[in-house]
Amino acid sequence: MSQTTKVAPTPSAALPPSAPPMRRRRPRRGRQAGLDLLALLVFACAVFPVYWMVSSSFLPGNKIRATEPTLFPAPGTLENYRRVFTEGSFTSSLTVSLSVTALTIVVALVFAFLAALAVSRFRFTGRKQFVLAVLVIQMIPAEGLFISQYKMLEGWNLLNTVTGLTLVYVAGVLPFTIWTLRGFVDGVPIELEEAAMTDGCSRPRAFFTITFPLLAPGLVATGIFGFIQAWNEFTLALVVMTRPENQTLPVWLRTFTDVNRGTDWGGIMAGSTLIAVPVVVFFLIVQGRLASGLVSGAVKG
Amino acid sequence: MTQSVRSTRLGGPFLPQGLLAPAIGVLALALAYPLGRQVLMSLQEYGLAQQFGEPAEWVGLANYRALVTDSYLWGVVARSVAFCLVNAAVTMALGVAVAVLLTTVSKVVRLITQIGLLLAWAMPVLAVLTVWQWMFDTQYGVVNWLLSQGGLVQFQGHSWLIEPLSFYLVATIIVVWMSVPFVVFTVYAGLMQVPAETVEAAQIDGAGAWQRFRHVVVPAIRPVLLVVGLLQVIWDLRVFTQIYVLQEAGGVSRETNLIGTYVYRLGIAEGDFGTASAVAIFMLALTVLLTFGYVRRMLRAEGP
Repeated sequence: MSQTTKVAPTPSAALPPSAPPMRRRRPRRGRQAGLDLLALLVFACAVFPVYWMVSSSFLPGNKIRATEPTLFPAPGTLENYRRVFTEGSFTSSLTVSLSVTALTIVVALVFAFLAALAVSRFRFTGRKQFVLAVLVIQMIPAEGLFISQYKMLEGWNLLNTVTGLTLVYVAGVLPFTIWTLRGFVDGVPIELEEAAMTDGCSRPRAFFTITFPLLAPGLVATGIFGFIQAWNEFTLALVVMTRPENQTLPVWLRTFTDVNRGTDWGGIMAGSTLIAVPVVVFFLIVQGRLASGLVSGAVKG
Repeated sequence: MTQSVRSTRLGGPFLPQGLLAPAIGVLALALAYPLGRQVLMSLQEYGLAQQFGEPAEWVGLANYRALVTDSYLWGVVARSVAFCLVNAAVTMALGVAVAVLLTTVSKVVRLITQIGLLLAWAMPVLAVLTVWQWMFDTQYGVVNWLLSQGGLVQFQGHSWLIEPLSFYLVATIIVVWMSVPFVVFTVYAGLMQVPAETVEAAQIDGAGAWQRFRHVVVPAIRPVLLVVGLLQVIWDLRVFTQIYVLQEAGGVSRETNLIGTYVYRLGIAEGDFGTASAVAIFMLALTVLLTFGYVRRMLRAEGP
């Protein structure tokens, strides 16, 4: 499922540890200005589509269907957003998306947390095999398995159900979640727990009072990762949720585009913006932390 | 502290296995079981008749045989591989270039550029697809407007998705736009780890900027480049969403199918699950082939 938001376990073991960073050479003034300008061009290319989406979502229909595009939406209108909410099935898709996403996060986090605990705090037969399996499973493309998952859910009467979609989503995010959480658990030294146990704490108590609070940031980060994955996922949602009333938001957006092509780009952009906002916000919050989680997850053995 | 003491301190000896059970259960149920079933299905005649309750007939490797001799499939595979390699190459080239650029620009500009790239990275794939469709819209799209303003009047009212080559151009622009930020951030992090002394030593020895990059920096960040490049190949080989959505938006699906959409059309749309499974297995095998080295390296890093 890592197709939608491209984050993947990078084996940063590949990087040499803590060498002094490459010093930036200061080129002459004219060349420096040229380089800065080039970088700003990169910025413009990256940002323009995002800007265009938000900007168009505030434009009235006659400005959308004009020979000259409007570069800045002033005075804007909220009419497009009103239409998204009142016409069609945005709200019912929102409910489906929210339920599937919430369920996926909760189940995946609990299961992955238990598994991460097992591989990080215990040594037992089969431990290595499990870690290897998690690693290999991450490489399986969802696109190579959806045919069979569809038949399976059809056989269990789970097509068009939140349960069915959640099941395949949990399986999709679980390997990465286990992998990342293990990095976080490894990051909390066992000596902390042992010190508490010497002071008379039982092991479970030591774990929940000492280690667990230190893991909270890791749980939040991985939870947000699960949110982004489940919220954005398209392929399985398209295959599993075949009925219009059970669509998740990405699939809703596609059919909405289909119906309104050429007539309501303002509404479509409003819908896109609504879907994008929570993801962008969460992504920006978690970006740095996720990267460090990836690093520790990949380095620890 | 020895391991056996650790595991006996808390509960019975089966505790770790118990902690793993839920995760293993879900993975077995939703990944391993369908995978096994897919292998079986690919060995069966599983078409529309079976959808209506007729038992599936074992046909051995007939599905595979039919595929191997099907010139259309080979067209799809060739297109997928070509699309994947072009996209991965363009993404890597642009990503590395921007990462290097970031090491040379002033601090403020770097921060601004990074924020821009982060925004692009964070966008949900469907939102990306709709906004690019809108930008490439035949009548009111900003791309056609810009091109015709720039003197290329033939782009007025130009339809981008009808022609397969132009369809792939649009798809490539979208895929590259989405993928470059990840490459930039990872490679930039790699560049920051290159020891300053080695670069300076090369400079003192009289190496030019390109030589320093080619012979000092690239070897130093080689592992990062390999991993990121490989991930791009994997991701671009399995690309489904972008192609599917653009096909629905006006592409001719028979002429633009890649492996992912071909499996979808065969199975979900036409109900030929046997053949679709065989193609999907083929895709999995291709992925395994491509990722084998990478996984083995990760395993080695994992240690005993």
